[in-house]
Amino acid sequence: MTMRIDEGAAMGTSAPVSRAVKDFEAGLARRKLLVYVCQFAFGVAFLSFWQWASGRLIDPFFISSPAAVFGKLYTWLLNGDLFNHLSITLYATAIGFAIGSAIGFSLGLLFGKFAFLAEVLDPYITALYSIPKLALAPLFIIWFGIGIESKIAVSASIVFFVVFLNTFSGVREVNPIFIHATQIMGASQWGVMRTVIIPSAMAWVITGLKVSVPYALVGTVIGEFMSANRGIGFIIAQATGLFDTNSVFAGIIVLAFVGAVINGLLKITEGHLLRWRA
Amino acid sequence: MTSAAISIEGVDKRYIGRGREVVALDHVSLRIEEGEFVAFVGPSGCGKSTLLNMIAGIIPMSSGSIVHDDRPVTAINRHVGYLTQADSVLPWRTVEQNVGLPLEYRGVGAAERQKRVAEMLELVDLKGFGKAFPKELSGGMRKRVALAQMLAYGPDTLLMDEPFGALDAQLKLVMQQQLLRIWQEQKKTIVFVTHDLAEAIALASRVIVFSGRPGKIKYVEPIDIPYPRDVFKVRFLPAFEAAYDNLWRELSPEIAKGEEL
Repeated sequence: MTMRIDEGAAMGTSAPVSRAVKDFEAGLARRKLLVYVCQFAFGVAFLSFWQWASGRLIDPFFISSPAAVFGKLYTWLLNGDLFNHLSITLYATAIGFAIGSAIGFSLGLLFGKFAFLAEVLDPYITALYSIPKLALAPLFIIWFGIGIESKIAVSASIVFFVVFLNTFSGVREVNPIFIHATQIMGASQWGVMRTVIIPSAMAWVITGLKVSVPYALVGTVIGEFMSANRGIGFIIAQATGLFDTNSVFAGIIVLAFVGAVINGLLKITEGHLLRWRA
Repeated sequence: MTSAAISIEGVDKRYIGRGREVVALDHVSLRIEEGEFVAFVGPSGCGKSTLLNMIAGIIPMSSGSIVHDDRPVTAINRHVGYLTQADSVLPWRTVEQNVGLPLEYRGVGAAERQKRVAEMLELVDLKGFGKAFPKELSGGMRKRVALAQMLAYGPDTLLMDEPFGALDAQLKLVMQQQLLRIWQEQKKTIVFVTHDLAEAIALASRVIVFSGRPGKIKYVEPIDIPYPRDVFKVRFLPAFEAAYDNLWRELSPEIAKGEEL
């Protein structure tokens, strides 16, 4: 008897949905809808105020206006500038992210496995970690030139540390019971790595990846600010030089939009990969 | 005389803790025959779990030797099944994937594995839960997943460390009965650590009492209740009562001793 109740509760009973449940769920749905409506209303209110204030309260030279900014974006969209510059920025971000996370993940696993090595190198890693990675950007420009390589290097160096430290912690956090239990069941070294250590560290790694994607974007854009001839960061820097606030705001909005989209995608990926978690 | 399934010879376990040497196990010797169901009872910290871990090869012994199925245990013992006290089911794998894990390690093909997993889930009454993740199951169901996993690759010797400790009283009885059935059907050797005297007597053919620190074997009580036993009814038999009295007489001063430490 107990077992049956137990199992029913654990799996969610398939009993007919009662009125109370329906009401409850309808209430949740209504609340969610209300949130969406308010979010939209807030955005509209903000843009309206900006439009109104521009020219009335503050000189549009400083704050531009939504109409001008979206006009600019529309022009860029039509003449292909948006695609050209955005693709360069995203490309550098993606490659930097891939290189940084691949190296970070591998070294994190290695250090996690070899505690002695980790202990020896610990102060150096901490020191390196404390350097603001953006301070390395000028160095990367000297090494790799003003092309895309230096931007990739900046974003990779930022991503590397976040992923490395998270992977390392993840590996150290693996419950030894899982390791012993699987070894007794016949797991080889590689078997333990594949079925226990990597999946267990995955929760940490994904957190690291999630945090580091926006950083990768920041790294690329900062690299483009400093010295570049293409990319969204370059557009912003160039427009700043020309006191073209319309273009500066347009560039910032593109970055904000891209950042939000990437975060949304990461959230979905995380939800799927970590669906086993409570 | 057949060769013992597990032969423990003068095993000591000492470790250094807070600047002094602690003796966890003091010269323990024990022979466990093939097909026996042996229960270890004793106060907390008497080293009974430590001894189980040593048979599994997880903890090295300070001196002495353990031979399991004619093989000295020197590293992880891959010839036993071990049901740990803590939850060892991998949370990132579904029930099916967990139960199939030992078969995966042995390179058993997918089709064969699937068939075997289905059999095991049937055996522990978890049919229909194959696709669930452990978090969706109750504690008792997770224990049964671990049991199915252990039985899937058919080790002859099962080590169980308070496997049913966290279960509610009714489920505990159900699980005990299942275990007895499996033990009898599959002729396993079982070493079972428990805090619960009634559980030890209901299941085991021999109950070993450990003394408090340093852990030693203090007393051995053979349980003369014929199998198959009904764990629901066994506790009303006179033999059960007699065994309980004997074991409690030996165990209670040890528990009191433990309290003083």
